[in-house]
Amino acid sequence: MTQPVPVLDAKKVNMQFGGLRALADFDLTLLPGELVGMIGPNGAGKTTAFNAITGVYPPSSGDVMLCGERVNGQRPHQICMKGIARTFQNIRLFKQLSAIDNVRVACHHGHKAGFAASLLRTAAFLSDEERITKRAQEFLEVMGLSHRRDSLARNLPYGEQRRLEIARALATGPKLLCLDEPAAGMNASEKVALLELIRKIRDLFSLAILVIEHDMRVVMGVSERLIVLDHGVTISRGTPEQVRKDPKVIEAYLGDSYLEEKHIQVPVGGA
Amino acid sequence: MRALLLFAQSIFPFLVGVIVLWLVSNGLSGTWAIILMVAGIDVILAVSLNVVNGFTGQFSIGHAGFMAVGAYTATKITMALRDVQIAGLPVGVSDQVIFFFALVAGMIAAAIAGLLVGIPSLRLRGDYLAIVTLGFNEIIRVIIENTRFLGQATGISGLPPLTNVTWVGMGVLATVVMAKRLVSSTHGRALLAIREDEVAAEAMGVDTTGYKVRAFVIASAFAGLGGGLLVHLLQLCTPKSFTFIKSFEVVVMVVLGGLGSITGSVIAALGLRIALEGLREFAEYRMVLYALLLIVLMLARPTGLFGTKEIWDLLPKFLRRRAEPAAGGTP
Repeated sequence: MTQPVPVLDAKKVNMQFGGLRALADFDLTLLPGELVGMIGPNGAGKTTAFNAITGVYPPSSGDVMLCGERVNGQRPHQICMKGIARTFQNIRLFKQLSAIDNVRVACHHGHKAGFAASLLRTAAFLSDEERITKRAQEFLEVMGLSHRRDSLARNLPYGEQRRLEIARALATGPKLLCLDEPAAGMNASEKVALLELIRKIRDLFSLAILVIEHDMRVVMGVSERLIVLDHGVTISRGTPEQVRKDPKVIEAYLGDSYLEEKHIQVPVGGA
Repeated sequence: MRALLLFAQSIFPFLVGVIVLWLVSNGLSGTWAIILMVAGIDVILAVSLNVVNGFTGQFSIGHAGFMAVGAYTATKITMALRDVQIAGLPVGVSDQVIFFFALVAGMIAAAIAGLLVGIPSLRLRGDYLAIVTLGFNEIIRVIIENTRFLGQATGISGLPPLTNVTWVGMGVLATVVMAKRLVSSTHGRALLAIREDEVAAEAMGVDTTGYKVRAFVIASAFAGLGGGLLVHLLQLCTPKSFTFIKSFEVVVMVVLGGLGSITGSVIAALGLRIALEGLREFAEYRMVLYALLLIVLMLARPTGLFGTKEIWDLLPKFLRRRAEPAAGGTP
């Protein structure tokens, strides 16, 4: 049997900011329908990896392949059109717009009516608008936000803002969804509920999903594979079980003293 | 059938406008008509600048530069065709037809200027864009002052008095309808998204530079229309009408009314112009007044008089749905 074409294939991606190497030789392959978690302590380069993939900062070197097509060097909106959608660590909703308008912005691509058509209100334009509105409503429904349709984004409670961001990302019609700490600031049970929702989305839209999560325990339960970053270097990867037992991961999270206390030996060299 | 209905809907405001304006213009005379026309032109300028400064969240302070481009283009055409009469049409009608095409040509020229300025400068953000547009405004003025063809510093005088209440009213209507339809369309939402969060808009597939350029081009075109109307009202086309002070005046109107509110721009432009006419003897203190107005406003109501609200937000919901199909759900 042949391997399916990976949705995302990042090869030796480096990100250099002046003298700081924020991301070193980052490799990641995601198959269709896979849910992969990315963990690591603060400043480990997780968000940098996201920015490299989504084109916010073009990588200094290396390749980002989406479904076999090289996308690095393209502008974020082009990469979005190709099929990578993302959310942001610090929520970046369009605060003064209503929930549905937030999602409708993301449905923006694929509209055929041009500027002139929208000023003249042609039939093509109106049917496009109808289609966009319908689509946006569907995504609000999936994320359980239908009742908030006309509320301004900034007036939504925190958890709903997070969900609205996911709805907006989904509306771009991605093949790969990158979620940057979607559960940040939630309590344990909210986190579990959210990750269940993420799993549901994956099954519903058959997406590949890459989740950054700070809290190791939460992400362990939901992802099939984990990748662990520290200081821009990939220190471990594998199933949650393997990662949990990896002394390098324990060191990164809990520090040397913990290891010494427990008499755990850290192997020298790469993982 | 549906297409016909849509077409009717599309031109309906203009048909009503013509009749109302014709009635109004017959009942008006002298000073009031002139004040109203100047105020109307200010509305065109303020609403069009609001597309860039209010909807898209960019800060342009060179609107008068684009006015100048439109004004000089229109002037050159009406002056060149002053003695020409279109065969088969009475003199009055022929002049109006020529004026119409001169205004359209002015809009196109201003739009091209907007495109040329916009493409390189709209990659810049915030303050940098303001500086570039200000610079462009000055460049245009200096070029005009040094070009014999454009009448240098004295300008071109003796323009036919073609601007009347109907023309200005139609211009206002066209500008307001354009802005309102734009903002409730998918393209308008893309502009608003840029204002709200440029990084997020880009990540959601909005070509931010492309949309900023488009907003800029549209705003420039309508500035050109305002310029064309203004010079044919004053019957004089001089670079002094298009200095930085004029640009600043428009910015004050937009900020006063509320960045992102069409209603606000209309009311602020009308109010400010009429207030200035009332305070004619203090004309030298105009800039002081503007500055004071802005300071007080920023302290008391930083969002402007209307914020991003519109008068049609007050309409009952079912009426709004009908008036604005884009916002409505599927029936």
